Amino acid sequence: MSPDELFAAPFMQRALIAALLTGLAAPAVGTFLVQRRLALMGDGIGHVAVTGVAIGLVTNTSPLWAAVIVAIAGAVLIEVIRERGQTNGDVALALLFYGGLAGGILISGIGGSSAATLQRYLFGSLTTMSIDDVIVTMGLAAAVLALCLGLAPQLFAVAQDQEFARVAGLRVRFYNVLVAVLAAVSVTVAMRTVGLLLVSALMVVPVATAQQLTRSFRTTIAAAMVLGTVASVGGLVIAAFASYQVDAAPGPTIVLLALAGYVVAWPVGVWARRRARLRAPFLSGSAPGHEPAGEHPHQHGPGCGHLAVPHDDHVDYVHDGHRHAEHDHHYDEH
Amino acid sequence: MPLTPAAVSIADGAVEIGGRPVLRGIDLTVGVGDFLALMGANGSGKSTLVRALVGLRPLSKGEVRLFDTPLDDFGTWHRIGFVPQRATAASGVPASVWEVVAAGRLTRRRLLRPLSRVDRAAIEEALEVVGLAHRRRDAVSHLSGGQQQRVLIARALAGEPELFFLDEPTAGVDLPNQQALAGALAALKARGATVVLVAHELGPLAPLVDRAVVMRDGRLAYDGAPLRDHEVHQSWFGEPHTHHHHPASPDHQDHAPRVTSPLDPPNGRQ
Repeated sequence: MSPDELFAAPFMQRALIAALLTGLAAPAVGTFLVQRRLALMGDGIGHVAVTGVAIGLVTNTSPLWAAVIVAIAGAVLIEVIRERGQTNGDVALALLFYGGLAGGILISGIGGSSAATLQRYLFGSLTTMSIDDVIVTMGLAAAVLALCLGLAPQLFAVAQDQEFARVAGLRVRFYNVLVAVLAAVSVTVAMRTVGLLLVSALMVVPVATAQQLTRSFRTTIAAAMVLGTVASVGGLVIAAFASYQVDAAPGPTIVLLALAGYVVAWPVGVWARRRARLRAPFLSGSAPGHEPAGEHPHQHGPGCGHLAVPHDDHVDYVHDGHRHAEHDHHYDEH
Repeated sequence: MPLTPAAVSIADGAVEIGGRPVLRGIDLTVGVGDFLALMGANGSGKSTLVRALVGLRPLSKGEVRLFDTPLDDFGTWHRIGFVPQRATAASGVPASVWEVVAAGRLTRRRLLRPLSRVDRAAIEEALEVVGLAHRRRDAVSHLSGGQQQRVLIARALAGEPELFFLDEPTAGVDLPNQQALAGALAALKARGATVVLVAHELGPLAPLVDRAVVMRDGRLAYDGAPLRDHEVHQSWFGEPHTHHHHPASPDHQDHAPRVTSPLDPPNGRQ
């Protein structure tokens, strides 16, 4: 099959649509999860959804809808355990991780589903989406995106500071459960593309990449959605071409592509933060009395190679651990 | 009772945390326009009282009224500004100063409506009052602790409330930032806002205070004219001079009981 034929094939077009929507929706929800320091919540829900898929397969109903229902139930349960406060979020997630995965594998084993069938849901699959699946995926992803972006101010405030949000009159519990439900829905949206076991990566990694370089929430969520889409569609295409040679599931290629983005962004972020720290203006009023620098043949100026940092109404040049400020025809130590 | 109408009042209030009485027999009325400082040692219950007044801690007994409405029926939360006790204004994702302050405007915004011009003007003014307008595009995590406290205050200001609760805004804040804070609170006071300020020490805020309430061990120990910092910790309040900066104070009063083993020396004696 040539590349042209590949992209013209209906199964590939369905997979591309699903990948595009997944890449947009998963990081949008993921940003709120990372903001609340619940980065692994998507993973917990993904594991619970395995049980849902298994129930759907065994009962010969739709694995997608079964997964949606079970994942939402699991997400609400995680949120309730967390809110009750005695167990911290970590432990609540761990409990559901193992229960969900074990339950799914046990049920699918009892029902006699082959491991290969279940694996399509665990790691994604190119070829198995039906038209109905695509339509449901589109509807769910659109709902997730609309709620995430439409209620962004409220969700941001609740995730930033719950106590403030409550005193501001917001229904904090409602928004917490809403984020959990949105996470559950986007997990099931992503399950056919990335797979349940890797879906959390698409919720978290683009956000982690974006925040290397961003200073505001708005740019973080926008950049994460762009990066998620690039990784998701790009990974799918890579998997499609790789499948000429080997048996490639799209999930791993999507995740690895997203991680490659992080590996590129991280050093840039480190450099940018260091630069910002160095260039922050010196405290005002901190100059000592007149203290001329010693013999100083070098002439500081723009592009002289020494870091120029604003200090009150003038500029200090950082020179061998000293701060030199021009004064008449010599330099002062500041 | 003051002659002015009450902004917030609590009658015979008691709070239990995990079955343990933390506040008891609290009667307090704050009139509109008052600037009240709620003081006391660590663990005396002053933060718990403020949290009870805004509804974050349920009362086990008694009643809180905000603007003469019982707390449970109170719905006009845009009249309340709350600055919680937090070390940082940052969270797991970068947020700009402007975005955090804009969150304070949610008390007055309808769902799914974009920010109006009035909203933007209020956010801008809140930033001006705390003196951080030039940092609005910076990430809050890049600011110093004192500047982050000022961001939290600007967030409360953005909703244009009439009644402010500030929980230890000066804790761990350097003097220049405390002075900036005092400037912001003076501006509030000049507008006629009611302020309930929890503080361990007042520092530059002292000239603003009209009335001081000192708590000790979950009860009100003093209610009257402003006190100087050292008076709050006088022995006639039964409280030795315990500052934050005295590490491992043996007489430290805490919400949680100090459980010792039989071989330990009795509490506080070495």
